[in-house]
Amino acid sequence: MTALARPGTSDAKPGAVPTTALVLGALALALAWPLPILLSRARWPARSPGLALVLWQSIALAGGLSMIGALLAYGLLGFGTSPLAGIRSLSDHPGSGAVPVGMTFGQVLALAAGLLLAGHLLLNLAATFLRARVQLRRHHHLVALLSEPLADRPGTRVIDHEAPVAYCLPGATTSATVLSRGLISLLDADQLRAVVAHERAHLLQRHHVVLLAFRSWRSALPWFPIATRAETAVGLLVEMLADDQARREVDDRTLATAIALVGSAHGPVTGAREPGGPATRPETGTRETDAASLAGPDHPFDLLTPRLRRLVVPTPRLRRHQGFGVLAASAGLLALPTLLLLG
Amino acid sequence: MGNLGVLERLLMDVLWDTGQSLPANELRDRLLTPAAAAASRKRLATTTVLTVLSRLENKGFVSRDRGSRPHLYRAVTTRAEHTAELMLEVLGSAPDRQAALARFIGNVSPQEADSLRLLLSPASAASDGARETGHE
Repeated sequence: MTALARPGTSDAKPGAVPTTALVLGALALALAWPLPILLSRARWPARSPGLALVLWQSIALAGGLSMIGALLAYGLLGFGTSPLAGIRSLSDHPGSGAVPVGMTFGQVLALAAGLLLAGHLLLNLAATFLRARVQLRRHHHLVALLSEPLADRPGTRVIDHEAPVAYCLPGATTSATVLSRGLISLLDADQLRAVVAHERAHLLQRHHVVLLAFRSWRSALPWFPIATRAETAVGLLVEMLADDQARREVDDRTLATAIALVGSAHGPVTGAREPGGPATRPETGTRETDAASLAGPDHPFDLLTPRLRRLVVPTPRLRRHQGFGVLAASAGLLALPTLLLLG
Repeated sequence: MGNLGVLERLLMDVLWDTGQSLPANELRDRLLTPAAAAASRKRLATTTVLTVLSRLENKGFVSRDRGSRPHLYRAVTTRAEHTAELMLEVLGSAPDRQAALARFIGNVSPQEADSLRLLLSPASAASDGARETGHE
């Protein structure tokens, strides 16, 4: 990629080699397809979920930047050494009502597409957060009316429902951890402590912000399967991070039992209404009764088996230099399109 | 704020339990329980009840019949329906219905649930296995 350091070339007329646009385009492709696939299949994120979460955010952000940047860079080819310089040189132009001299039809299209994509992604992000805020406020009101505070646990509320449920309700002023009666009767004191610590971690580490950002990305690009994959992967990593906090309070076995108890009690409540269940996927190892059943391939949306596996089978964290490698890759992925755009 | 929150909950409990439309002063009489007395410290004034009722109306939990004097108040839906709404948001699989809450356990596939159940209780594996093979 020595071509990066040749600002003179893109100064030429349209028809010159669009180096910046090509590099950004290649980066956008890599970040849209092979890299997320590799990352979602990798085993190491279970060892250091926090680092993997950083990398996912970097991929999403850099992917969006380079997708938009490639379109803008092509559209502004010949109007400056970088997209930013191009925008500057045309900044007083839009008032004149004519297409700038020397701009091809393809460039106009690319420019419009880039601006539309940027606007679409940003507006969708804003809409997702606003909608979530409205939903959360309503949810807070409902919880306040329908639940009772749990004695000697501030910020924890109990709702009268038989399904075993635990979740956290982030709020600007008051956050709450909500437990159901079903959960409390299902788990013993230690397991309950694990669940509460897990939910506390979600609140403290503000996981809902990351989840919402990735949900917005998916809903903005519904035709883009990688966005769904990323949302699932991020959802799992967030659970692992919260599990790691819970492991500081209880031993791994207690947490694993709590996960398995709540998970197995959930099946009939939410998903087990499909009569053809056993026939559709005969290859899943449901007959194995020990940790061996955790060794098989994961279902695409299986969020429990990977969590249990790392509690049952010892999984050391990434080594220090490997961790630095992940962080450096994340920073590099973000820096490349940013530098190309700003020139 | 905390006291008003407690009063809101007690008032909704009264409205949910009766299921009918009531004027504010009768609601106040029905609220004269020990818990409510503790929350308001003194005798509960009808104006306080009206304040709480208008807060609940703004939140969409109480509807007001302005056609009669005094105004009549009733719960918009039952407690069970509100609980169902809450649970749907927590457990529902339709993404638009969820407020992106981080749960301890998300939705579990039937296969996952089966394998977890077996993992937990090896003793029950035989009966579950028999059920499974019955399909094949």
